[in-house]
Amino acid sequence: MQKPESSDAAATGDLAVRVRGVTKEFGSGGSLTRALRGVDLDVPYGEMLMLVGPSGCGKTTLVSIVAGTLQPTAGEVTVLGLDLVAMGNGRKVRFRRDNVGFVFQAFNLLPALSAAENAAVPLLIAGWRRADAIEVASEILETLGLGDRLTNLPSELSGGQQQRVAIARALVHEPRILVCDEPTSALDAENGRITMELIERIAVQPGRAVIVVTHDARVYSFADRIASMEDGRIVSIEAGPHNSTDAAVPR
Amino acid sequence: MLWIAWKMLIGNRVKYLGIVFGVVFAALLIAQQASTFCGLMLLTISQIRDAAGPDIWVMDRKVQFVDDIKPLSDTELFRVKGVPGVEWAVRFFKGIARARLEEGSYEQVILLGLDDATLVGAPQGIFMGSIADLRKPDAVIIDDAGYKRIWPGEPYRIGRTFEMNDHRAVLVGITTASRTFQSFPIIYTRYSQAVRFAPPERKVLSFVLAEPAAGVPSAEVCRRIEAQTGLQALTHDQFIWKTIDYYLAKTGIPVNFGITVFLGFLVGTAIAGQTFYLFTVENIRQFGALKAMGTSNWTILLMVLSQAVQVGVVGYGIGVGLAALFGLSTRGLVRLAFYMPWQVLAITAAAVFAIVLLASLLSIRRVLVVDPAIVFRG
Repeated sequence: MQKPESSDAAATGDLAVRVRGVTKEFGSGGSLTRALRGVDLDVPYGEMLMLVGPSGCGKTTLVSIVAGTLQPTAGEVTVLGLDLVAMGNGRKVRFRRDNVGFVFQAFNLLPALSAAENAAVPLLIAGWRRADAIEVASEILETLGLGDRLTNLPSELSGGQQQRVAIARALVHEPRILVCDEPTSALDAENGRITMELIERIAVQPGRAVIVVTHDARVYSFADRIASMEDGRIVSIEAGPHNSTDAAVPR
Repeated sequence: MLWIAWKMLIGNRVKYLGIVFGVVFAALLIAQQASTFCGLMLLTISQIRDAAGPDIWVMDRKVQFVDDIKPLSDTELFRVKGVPGVEWAVRFFKGIARARLEEGSYEQVILLGLDDATLVGAPQGIFMGSIADLRKPDAVIIDDAGYKRIWPGEPYRIGRTFEMNDHRAVLVGITTASRTFQSFPIIYTRYSQAVRFAPPERKVLSFVLAEPAAGVPSAEVCRRIEAQTGLQALTHDQFIWKTIDYYLAKTGIPVNFGITVFLGFLVGTAIAGQTFYLFTVENIRQFGALKAMGTSNWTILLMVLSQAVQVGVVGYGIGVGLAALFGLSTRGLVRLAFYMPWQVLAITAAAVFAIVLLASLLSIRRVLVVDPAIVFRG
C-alpha cells in the first residue's frame, strides 16, 4: 500500500480535523438550499466525536465534506493537516483511499463478494494483490468474531454481522479518519452496542479520529464529545461520557 | 478491481443473463444472416468454382455474370487460341435445357458442354461411373442433388435414359457438384452433344476456357485477349467477383439481408443497453461506495468497460456458436445456403464490440457522474 500523503502534515498539529466557516449550498436561485451556514469544528486525534441533530440539519453534508466526498461552497477544511478545499479531485481520491475509512448506514457491501472479499476492497483499491488483501481482511474479521463467516455472502449474514464486515472494511487499510454514518440505525440495541464497542476498541486510537453521525441516543455514551446541529449550524458541543471532565463547549 | 467488476457482473444472474441474451441474439442473427448471404453468393459462383483447371474465362463483352449467357460464334475459339501467351483454349457450353423423363414428365436442367477432346471443366467428384464414359454416344453425367430431384427416393442407377430436345440421353455417371442458385439438376456432356440437347440457336458457344502459357500472368493474357479479340476475358477470381458484384448491385438480396442484420444490431443493442443500464443503476450505490473509498473515475471506467467486454465475449461466443450449430444442423435437413467464412466472424465481432460499447456508454456516463457522497444518503 502507498504511504499516506498526510503522514508528515499530520504530525504538525493536534487536530485531525479543523473546519472553519464552512458553508454549503445546493441548487441556485429560488431553489437554493443552504445545508451548512458557517460551521466551525475541531476534532483532535484520539477522539470519537458524534454529530447529532434532526434530519436535514446538515450532519451528513458536514461529514461528507470532512471525508472529502463533497466540496464546500466556502470556508476552510483541513484534515490531517491537508487543505481539502484546495485539493484537486485526483489528490482527493488518493486522500480518501489512503486516509479515510467509511462505515455506512446501509452497509453498502458488494452483494456478489464474500465477507472477506468485501473487507479487502480498500486494499484492492490501493493496489494490493488479491490473495494478500483477503488474508489481511480475514485476520480483521476474525478479531471481529466473523472467522467462521469469511466466505459467506452479505445476504447470508445478519444485519449485525454485515455491519461488522463494514467495520472491517473501514479499518483494514488502517485509516486515520473513520467516518461512520448512522452505523447503528439498522441494528437492534444489542448489535448496536457491539458495533460501537468494536469501533471504540479498534478505531479510537492515538493518531486517529472517529466522527459518528447518529440519531441513536443509545450510543451517545461512547462519545468523547457530542456536537449538536440545527439548521446547518453547530449549536452546541458537549463532552461525552468519555470526556466527562470537559465542560460544554458551545461554538 | 477488474476482478470485482467481474464478480459484480455475474453476481446478478438475472441481469447478467439479460445482457448476455441481448448480445447473443444480435450475434446469432448477424452471423446467421451473414452466413446465409455468403452461402447464397457461393451458390451464384458454384459453376465457376466447379470448373477446375482453366484460369481464364473468355466471353461476350456484355456478359455480367455466369448465368448471363451471350453466345459467341464458334470462330472466336480460334481467335483466342491465336493470342500470344495462350497455352491452350477450349469451348464450354452453358445453357438451360428441358429434360423429358421416361414417364413423360419434364424437368428443367442446367446443361454444361465440355470440350470433346479434353473434357476440360469436368466435375471432380464422380462417385458412380467414369468421366471417360462421357465419350460414349448420348452420354451424360448428372449431379447427385439433381438425380435425387428427378428420381426422388430411387437408388442410384446408371444406364437410365431421358430426352432433351428430342435427343436421347444416357446416364453414365453421377457426381457431386456445388449447388447452383436456381437449384436445377446439372447435366454434364460433351460440347458436340450439348448443342444438340439445347434449343437450336444461331450462335452456341457460351465461353472459351483458356490457360496462360507458363510464366505469363493470367491478367496479362486477359488483357491481350481483350485487346486482340474485343471479347471480355477474366481470370477465374475476377469472374467470381464479377458475378458476386452483379448480385450485390443488381438484386435486392444484400439490402434484404442488410436490413435483417441491422435490425439484429438494433434489437441487440436495445436489449443489452437497457439491461446493462439497469444493472448499473442497481449497483450505483456500490459504485458510489467504491468512489468514496478512493476508486478513481479511470478505474471505474475500466471496470464498466471490462464488464461490457466480458459480456461481449461471452455473448459473441454463444451467438456465433449457435449460428454455426444452426448451419451444421440444417445442412443435412434442408438445402439451406450457409457459408461462414472468417470475414463473417470478424464482422460479427465488430458488430458485437459496437453493441457492448454503445450499451455501456450510458452506464459509463452514469457511474462517472455519480457523487461519492451518495453513500451517505439513506
